[in-house]
Amino acid sequence: MLPEQLKEFAVAAAIEAFDAAAITGGHSERGELTLDIDPVRIVPVCRFLKEQHTFVRISSITATDWYPAEPRFRVVYHLHSLERNARVRLKCAVPGENGELDSVTGVWPGANWYEREVFDLFGIGFRSHPDLTRILMPEDWEGHPLRKDYPVHGYKYSYKD
Amino acid sequence: MQDVKEESELLEQTAVEQPATPARRRMTINMGPQHPSTHGVLRVLLELDGEVITSAVPDIGYLHTGIEKQCEALNWQQAVTLTDRVDYLSNLSNNLVYALAVEKLIGDIEIPPKAQWMRVLLAELQRINSHLVWLGTHALDIGAMSMLFYCFRDREDVLKLFEMFSGQRMMTSYIRIGGLALEPPRGWQARVKKFIDGFPGKIDEYEDLLEHNPIWIGRTKNVGFISVEDMLAWGVTGPMLRGAGVNWDIRKSEPYSSYEKFDFEVATRTGNDVYSRYQVRMEEMRQSVKIIRQALDGMPEGAWKADNSHVVLPDREKMKTQMEALIYHFKIVTEGFRVPPGEAYQAVESPRGEIAYYVVSDGTSKPYRVYMRTPSFGNVQSLGVLLKGKMISDSIASMGSMDFVLGDVDR
Repeated sequence: MLPEQLKEFAVAAAIEAFDAAAITGGHSERGELTLDIDPVRIVPVCRFLKEQHTFVRISSITATDWYPAEPRFRVVYHLHSLERNARVRLKCAVPGENGELDSVTGVWPGANWYEREVFDLFGIGFRSHPDLTRILMPEDWEGHPLRKDYPVHGYKYSYKD
Repeated sequence: MQDVKEESELLEQTAVEQPATPARRRMTINMGPQHPSTHGVLRVLLELDGEVITSAVPDIGYLHTGIEKQCEALNWQQAVTLTDRVDYLSNLSNNLVYALAVEKLIGDIEIPPKAQWMRVLLAELQRINSHLVWLGTHALDIGAMSMLFYCFRDREDVLKLFEMFSGQRMMTSYIRIGGLALEPPRGWQARVKKFIDGFPGKIDEYEDLLEHNPIWIGRTKNVGFISVEDMLAWGVTGPMLRGAGVNWDIRKSEPYSSYEKFDFEVATRTGNDVYSRYQVRMEEMRQSVKIIRQALDGMPEGAWKADNSHVVLPDREKMKTQMEALIYHFKIVTEGFRVPPGEAYQAVESPRGEIAYYVVSDGTSKPYRVYMRTPSFGNVQSLGVLLKGKMISDSIASMGSMDFVLGDVDR
């Protein structure tokens, strides 16, 4: 359901008209529009925004870990439209230790590395991603460093010795 | 360095498939991680068919230092020092975007005009500094060695200016949440003035050196094409896009820190090759000089830090006379200031493109999450598209025109 105070935003209203179940919440603070999207609908919503609403750029994809709360992760998409000079933030809640989402690489090929980064540092999987491997950490790294239950100094002194 | 596929294996394949033409050998070359033209540690796996690149796969992560994780262990103001180390050629842009993002999150903090003007001035000095390093090393890569010495000579002048106000040549940490770290010393502005008076003549000199050089023209014109659609799809920003005619500069489209009050033009070219990207950056340096001159001439009087005792350290003089100032000083230094819960996304035009920080606060004195959307990360991602189908001899020029910094890619 689209919150009452967001009805004035054209993008939010358009998504609501496209798929009434897509938006589960959201807010507009500090001039930034944030929409919570139902995780199973993220790919159609992104495709709709790109093709119908000129959000041709994915500025970034990242995540936040709210350990020990549940659902634990939020995957955050920052979309940008050059034509409208507008930005919108989409958020998907991902529950569980090893949660998964559908990949948006089919919409923006450039989402590839951003999703790999989220996978590498948070351990969130992306279904139908072309090459979901670690990108910043070594291949044999254990754990996912940006999780809140991962200590800043790591678990081991040295890897690969 | 190179790994030619086993001959017997190839013969076996040809025997089975019986192709009309003889089997073409593909060669895989590891470019890097220690290749001199990558200016950092980047490995690109190139697959070649003769001299043509059939696929290029960049492999990153060699310089990953976990800056985002470390930010979560420091308090808000301390994390400024880490933002310097992300992109070590445009530290002040990184300081600026972090400060702007946190100030957006704090909300009720007003940055005085003098601090805003200074921030613009510094960001533009930084742009000149970064473009000079790019020009020198890019020209060196494709054979014009003398450029390196000229560019580094002039870059030294900029670094001396940085050293004068912050004590540091590179890791300045000068733009802080709430304003600046210190007031610039007396005589600094005169030094900046002297620099920008001489600098446009030097840009002309560089252009004379390069644009009358047939080898330079031959190696850059009509080299390194990548379509605008591909660039947008793969996350390319900055001078690469402007070299293809896209008029998008965050300083104009989403002005921050009073950029809307400055008169300058967005440099665009339509060639979409290495040469146009070079022209864009040269023009950007000229525009930067124009902005710096306006900032110097119109520098407002007044404070250089915000009037917000919860965030900004009090003056030394007040601490000796006022109890409250002493208490605030103690609180800010020991615990740090608290930032209201929420999230903010701030984008800034760095010399390399769109740099954006996503900061999340849970209401404590430490950042809950600092995400850095760095321009080089998106740009390097497009290497596979940029190099595919091109000659291997052009790969160095194409990669150089991207102007990536590996610290910026890996963070």
